[in-house]
Amino acid sequence: MRIGTLKETYVADAALFDSRTQKVWLAVAAALLVLFPFMASDYWLYLACLVSINVASATGLNILTGYTGLVSLGQAAFMGLGAYTVAVLETKVGSPFVLNLLAGGFVAMLGGLIVGIPSLRVKGLYLAIATIAASFIAHFIFANWKFTGGTGGLSVPPATLFGLPLDTSFRLYWLIVPVTVLMLLGAANLFRTRVGRAFIAIRDRDISAEVLGIPLLRYKLLSFGLSSFYAGVAGGLWAYFFRVVTPESFPLLMSIFFLAAIIVGGMGSILGGILGAVFMTMVPELLKLVVDLLPGGSELTVFLSPVRTVIFGLLIIGFLVFEPHGLAEVWRRIRRFFHLWPFRN
Amino acid sequence: MANFDWAYLFEISLTGIAGGGLYALAALAFVMVYKATRVVNIAIGEMLMAGAYLFFTFASMFALPLWLAIPAAVLGAGLLGAVIERTMIRPLLGEPPISVFMVTVGLASVLVGLVEMIWTADQRRLPDFMPTKPIMIGDAFLAPKVFWGAMIAVVFIAAVLLVFRFWRGGVALRATASDQAAAYSVGINVPRVFSLAWVASGMLAAISGIIVGSIGGISSSMGVFGLSVLVVVIVGGLDSVLGALIGGLLIGLIEALAGAYLGGEYKLLATFIVLVAVLLVRPYGLFGTHEIERL
Repeated sequence: MRIGTLKETYVADAALFDSRTQKVWLAVAAALLVLFPFMASDYWLYLACLVSINVASATGLNILTGYTGLVSLGQAAFMGLGAYTVAVLETKVGSPFVLNLLAGGFVAMLGGLIVGIPSLRVKGLYLAIATIAASFIAHFIFANWKFTGGTGGLSVPPATLFGLPLDTSFRLYWLIVPVTVLMLLGAANLFRTRVGRAFIAIRDRDISAEVLGIPLLRYKLLSFGLSSFYAGVAGGLWAYFFRVVTPESFPLLMSIFFLAAIIVGGMGSILGGILGAVFMTMVPELLKLVVDLLPGGSELTVFLSPVRTVIFGLLIIGFLVFEPHGLAEVWRRIRRFFHLWPFRN
Repeated sequence: MANFDWAYLFEISLTGIAGGGLYALAALAFVMVYKATRVVNIAIGEMLMAGAYLFFTFASMFALPLWLAIPAAVLGAGLLGAVIERTMIRPLLGEPPISVFMVTVGLASVLVGLVEMIWTADQRRLPDFMPTKPIMIGDAFLAPKVFWGAMIAVVFIAAVLLVFRFWRGGVALRATASDQAAAYSVGINVPRVFSLAWVASGMLAAISGIIVGSIGGISSSMGVFGLSVLVVVIVGGLDSVLGALIGGLLIGLIEALAGAYLGGEYKLLATFIVLVAVLLVRPYGLFGTHEIERL
């Protein structure tokens, strides 16, 4: 409980941001996001864009896995669907990027709905493996269909806004970060609605949810659709960011990365998705910095990639064993300390 | 299809079934852990790899004779299984299945990274230990390594089935699999059964890893074999030994046929399409237990 936040109406109780402190901090964060590109170097801008794309996709997976309880290892494949849609539209049709991104989202959503159909009967880890199957089939289509450029993939021209090509990290930042923020707000609001609460009920016990009158198939499909829509848009942003899309861009490892991100961040928490994606994207970069600082760093770079792989695995294991609710719980603990301070610590 | 080459089909099918024997052995390693502990071990391919690399170390780097190197590698892999169970699986007892599943995902990553750190990512060859005389069955030629690999797999599968039918520990394992609480109440040390399952699974994985490695060489991406094993156990039903055996042969056959008639890139695609088809018809696999959910 927080001290000094008396609520007198239901509206106030259900508000997304309910205290003045929270609003002040959000304003500070927004200001920082706006100021960041003017202060940071190209490298950090590049990282910021990458983190932002990963946050969007991880949030999508969080809707499906964290809130609806359906484990999916197909997130990368849905991102691939979005990225390919954007690439094809941009090269062959040349429509404006907003339309392309939306189309990417909807195509991925369609893919998600198809993959989601078995989810009514196929449960738990059987479903997780079925989504692996879906991602292999998607990879096969990307690699063998002429339309998607085969194994060579497609290169994507930069998005243009009023004739201005968005071809640097600085310019892309103004596309990627606002889209991600919008998607985050959407996801946060989703769980204040009937639909979002239905998802949570399904996660907690799907049969009970059905007894309560929640049509399982419709809501499970909706969850799959929403989640892959997020992945599709994130994939579209990815295509504009890296400007080349190949079948190898979206491996199974990437799906595992997103699942790891929401586990490390905290499943079933929007903040968890954000923290997890930021953390998991930054760890390899920080590792690189550390290796550069170490004496004899150049010899150690041979070990960089395997060490990264090991640390990636250890992070997943460590969080599951020692901090199963993830970074979001750590954050809550820190916040609680300040709320209660100086009365109890 | 007048001049359809039946001999070729026969040859391919034989190779496929022989390959399927290897899948069956690895799938058995998987099912053992799943039956006893309800853990979906996605790192099964990486455990195979670890076993093969241990054998490589003992045989090629320490230059031990084969009769010493193979048992040493198998024992080492058993030890690895015990360590995994103690440090990663035991602390998660009672957590939701997806948490344990993700731990094995992390484990896979750790094993791949360790192998790349110690032995680098280069492809290695295991020392030959199988006879190299070509095998002819009728008119069909079968690669000797594949044939002898399948034979070894069959021997070990039979041994495992016998051991778990008649040995006390095996009976305890089956009792734990069918009802944990009841097993506890008749005095079975369930945590020790869990350890036993992981040790046995590690050993079996090492054996199939050594065979697979001596057929196709070993590298840090050997874990891909585990993906096919996953398909096998899902198709067969996660908790069914019979399913693992039949699923193994089936998937081996389908992979070989798809590889021969459609092209190598269709192998994984074909198996995954079979997987989806089976799941749509029987969501708990061909021979898996259909769990009845109660509120």
